Amino acid sequence: MIHSLFLINCSGDIFLEKHWKSVVSQSVCDYFFEAQEKAIDVENVPPVISTPHHYLISIYRDKIFFVSVIQSEVPPLFVIEFLHRVADTFQDYFGECSETAIKDNVVIVYELLEEMLDNGFPLATESNILKELIKPPTILRSVVNSITGSSNVGDTLPTGQLSNIPWRRAGVKYTNNEAYFDVVEEIDAIIDKSGSTVFAEIQGVIDSCIKLSGMPDLSLSFMNPRLLDDVSFHPCIRFKRWESERVLSFIPPDGNFRLISYRVSSQNLVAIPVYVKHMISFKENSSSGRFDVTIGPKQNMGKTVESVVMTVHMPKAVLNMNLTATQGSYTFDPVTKVLTWDVGKITPQKLPNLKGLVNLQSGAPKPEENPSLNIQFKIQQLAISGLKVNRLDMYGEKYKPFKGVKYITKAGKFQVRT
Amino acid sequence: MSGNGLSYSEQGGEAAPELGQEAATTTTPSIPAAFGLFCSDIKKNEDLKQMLESSKDSAKLDAMKRIVGMVAKGKNASELFPAVVKNVASKNIEIKKLVYVYLMRYAEEQQDLALLSISTFQRALKDPNQLIRASALRVLSSIRVPIIVPIMMLAIKEASSDLSPYVRKNAAHAIQKLYSLDPEQKEMLIEVIEKLLKDRSTLVAGSVVMAFEEVCPERIDLIHKNYRKLCNLLVDVEEWGQVVIIHMLTRYARTQFVSPWKVSFEKNFYESDEEQKEKDQKVKDTYTMDPDHRLLLQNTKPLLQSRNAAVVMAVSQLYWHLAPKSEAGIVSKSLVRLLRSNREVQYIVLQNIATMSIQRKGMFEPYLKSFYVRSTDPTMIKTLKLEILTNLANEANISTLLREFQTYVKSQDKQFAAATIQAIGRCATNITEVTDTCLNGLVCLLSNKDEIVVAESVVVIKKLLQTQPAHHGEIIKHMAKLLDNITVPVARASILWLIGEYCERVPKIAPDVLRKTAKSFTNEDDLVKLQILNLGAKLYLTNSKQTKLLTQYVLNLGKYDQSYDIRDRTRFIRQLIVPNEKSGALSKYAKKIFLAQKPAPLLESPFKDRDHFQLGTLSHTLNTQATGYLELSDWPEVAPDPSVRNVEIAESVPDSFGGFTCLLSSFFLICSDSEDTEKKKKGISKKITTSNSSDTESASSEESSSDSKSESDSKSDSEPGKSRYVILSVLGLQHSPTLVLYLTGHYPSLCWKRISSSLSLLQTARHFW
Repeated sequence: MIHSLFLINCSGDIFLEKHWKSVVSQSVCDYFFEAQEKAIDVENVPPVISTPHHYLISIYRDKIFFVSVIQSEVPPLFVIEFLHRVADTFQDYFGECSETAIKDNVVIVYELLEEMLDNGFPLATESNILKELIKPPTILRSVVNSITGSSNVGDTLPTGQLSNIPWRRAGVKYTNNEAYFDVVEEIDAIIDKSGSTVFAEIQGVIDSCIKLSGMPDLSLSFMNPRLLDDVSFHPCIRFKRWESERVLSFIPPDGNFRLISYRVSSQNLVAIPVYVKHMISFKENSSSGRFDVTIGPKQNMGKTVESVVMTVHMPKAVLNMNLTATQGSYTFDPVTKVLTWDVGKITPQKLPNLKGLVNLQSGAPKPEENPSLNIQFKIQQLAISGLKVNRLDMYGEKYKPFKGVKYITKAGKFQVRT
Repeated sequence: MSGNGLSYSEQGGEAAPELGQEAATTTTPSIPAAFGLFCSDIKKNEDLKQMLESSKDSAKLDAMKRIVGMVAKGKNASELFPAVVKNVASKNIEIKKLVYVYLMRYAEEQQDLALLSISTFQRALKDPNQLIRASALRVLSSIRVPIIVPIMMLAIKEASSDLSPYVRKNAAHAIQKLYSLDPEQKEMLIEVIEKLLKDRSTLVAGSVVMAFEEVCPERIDLIHKNYRKLCNLLVDVEEWGQVVIIHMLTRYARTQFVSPWKVSFEKNFYESDEEQKEKDQKVKDTYTMDPDHRLLLQNTKPLLQSRNAAVVMAVSQLYWHLAPKSEAGIVSKSLVRLLRSNREVQYIVLQNIATMSIQRKGMFEPYLKSFYVRSTDPTMIKTLKLEILTNLANEANISTLLREFQTYVKSQDKQFAAATIQAIGRCATNITEVTDTCLNGLVCLLSNKDEIVVAESVVVIKKLLQTQPAHHGEIIKHMAKLLDNITVPVARASILWLIGEYCERVPKIAPDVLRKTAKSFTNEDDLVKLQILNLGAKLYLTNSKQTKLLTQYVLNLGKYDQSYDIRDRTRFIRQLIVPNEKSGALSKYAKKIFLAQKPAPLLESPFKDRDHFQLGTLSHTLNTQATGYLELSDWPEVAPDPSVRNVEIAESVPDSFGGFTCLLSSFFLICSDSEDTEKKKKGISKKITTSNSSDTESASSEESSSDSKSESDSKSDSEPGKSRYVILSVLGLQHSPTLVLYLTGHYPSLCWKRISSSLSLLQTARHFW
């Protein structure tokens, strides 16, 4: 299936190549570069490119292109999903998926790629198995290794691969047994000029950090499972149990993982926690415009809205901006034309406001459209949909684990049209 | 073992200098410019060689790491082959692994030397540890050296009846490798595939189906007997295997079952004919879905909840191609969920939704708003979303959509704004209620500042006017005025064509336009020049009094133009319209030729014909047939014999374990939901684990992990309300008198007795051995 993989950085250097079948020459990437040149920006490079003898399927992650070479028919999503899994694994191992991290750990990267694919077909992609095969680098371990001469490759052979629970490694032991669940909800919304909601939706995930010894069997139940409209599960969850009882029953992987992601049913009205008052105008035949934006809190159940950041892609004609913020700080990048305003916490008594003049290129026509405002925010200890975890039970092990649930609401793709 | 290793290193040592020289002599002349660089390379490699020769593992490891670094960067490290290959039998696992990595990369280029490593792998194939056996097979089959084909064949055959499912999985992978190395082995490999298809392990299923698809996709008959098993195993197969199996089963089902769509399709004829109605009624009554067809749909449905986008897409295409039309709707929710994912996933999913939404609008109508465009989306995503919105447009939602489109037209992304105008044009032709509204809107856009927007509007208006040859004189006049300001060639050409085509509706303006353009003729784009000639010709035919001279002037200009095309066209037009003694019979019909009624262009979605490719495939994405694309056959008229899928029940003992004698004891016990029994059950499983831990490490781990999973399996298998079977343990023991214990209990009390008796049996058996 997957023939070869090339990693390419933003300046077009191929800094890593790996072949699972016969070697494919680097020159195949020329077709990719051609497509890249045609696209206006990196986001627009087509993920699937056809060349005379091969097909190139690529993803763009963290300023790196992962370009895979395919020779025959294969579901493109299969390859895309796999490439993202590779990038996730790098992230997991090195803390970041950057060119330097990959170059610094090239041997581990190579060992990982070798294990993840056999003859182009995915073999071991579960992080629990990989970590048994190849230990992630830590400072302590690299020091120890250099002294004792031991290696990063696990000397015990992983048995997880052989079991029916490939996501959990065997023989897990902790002195403190803990299970944490983060319920993170994101509000996707489009708000129109007049402030009314064009489209709003809540998407949520439950990220877990499980550090439990042995083979615990957990079941997690909700107070109001009906809220969840569409759910996707980690493979560890028993589907039948959810179907019949609306209970999440599973043997967890060890460590951090995403348990479920869900969408809240669209019948429920979404409470939009902030409002934005805006006045953006460009004067006809003059090289200036006005910019005035206020953000305020709304319906947030007594919780404070934190880490508010607004980003605006200003029209190309904008040269510079002279603004004053009553709260937080703003930056304007004259090259990319991106205005970022880091507001911080919103206090209802004194609403944050950003106001001032916009300098336009003289002679350029007045921008006809006002830019959209992209808002980010965070509300701690609140799941905006009202989802609540009822209880967590553990079977199969004797000890009493420490359990914790945290709720957080964030802005997803939250856009205000002006 | 160490003695052997030594002898190899000697051989390798002898070969090393020879090869080094050879490599140097062959490569240097070809890259003289890099000679200096190459020299230093040799030096560097010299010290790597020394490190590899050293007795210390740490030095060897260092060297191997540097070599792998070179390989990763794409530098040529082939001359180190002899030095590296000696370390293939190293005791240090990391060195060994890195040597494997190196071997797989260069063995093809250095076949003779690669043979030195073979015996190491052959030995490892007999290792008692299954993981070592598996990895030996992996590397052995990845060395693409034709000489070892018979050895590989033998190894695969042996591994395919290995006791460990993991080794069998690797055997399935090796099949494809051997096939690509030597396609002549096909017949033998098919035998192995046939054997592995019978395997009941979830580990093997995905890999063997992959091998099947690659080696012998045409042998659909091999699937019959395994069809039900594959359907039932599907939920527990790893996600990548699921994708492959689902695609294969889609193909299979299309050859084996009759179409579930016939009913709804023939309904269309109902009203017309009473007799037909009765007949159809019969068809409707007689169609019952094959239970196997139903089984497939039922068992794939839970996978829509997978976290893996590829799996969700695979199930969606299965439902699209196989499910009755009323059921296919359940996939839309999951597909829409994928739109939250990365840009690449969005791209593929949106493409597939676009194809689906043309044929069955209803599926995605409830999710209309999920396709609204954000200014931060990449352009390719925006245009795809726009495509879908246009497909979904109907009388009910068009007003909301048009309002949304208004926002898009103003977008800073001009390419997208242009696409929106196209979309408005398509909505206008598809929904007659809004044609005038759209047209007015587009005319308003003509006064837009941006040239691309105006140009696109002109082009779309041209198409719209053509489909609606009503009285739109006003709009044409308006556009004629615009001609002075518009510079985009396509737009200018469109306006000129419009004026020419409808010159009788604007008799005053048309000659004036020709006058103006005749003046600027030499500076125009080729496209525009052609349309000026066209306009001239049409006017000459309808209004020769006013325009005769002008047209001749334009034709003269065209005659000496730089472009062939324009000179040709000029000659052609002159012969047709200007009567002279030489002109043939055609000039009589000039008017008919030029002013014929032209068919209106169809404004169609580019995704219209894509559905003849299986959804979710590479071919669908590219809209051309990719190599190795397996066509989805049409439904058969009459279903082939369904009994081929029947399997004798006695087969429940896996016979693939081959020569090994194995003791397989499975405990089936019924347990109620109460925690009490749950505890008991756990207790027993623990007992068994401890009692056998010394026998085989792998078996015990397999067993302890399998119990919880199989618990869920069994739950899914059993009918609700009935008792649940829980397989507690599966133990594999070697060197034993064959003793197969099957304990199936139907009532708890009976079952507990049996369990206790079997435990004591086991204990006596242990003593016995």
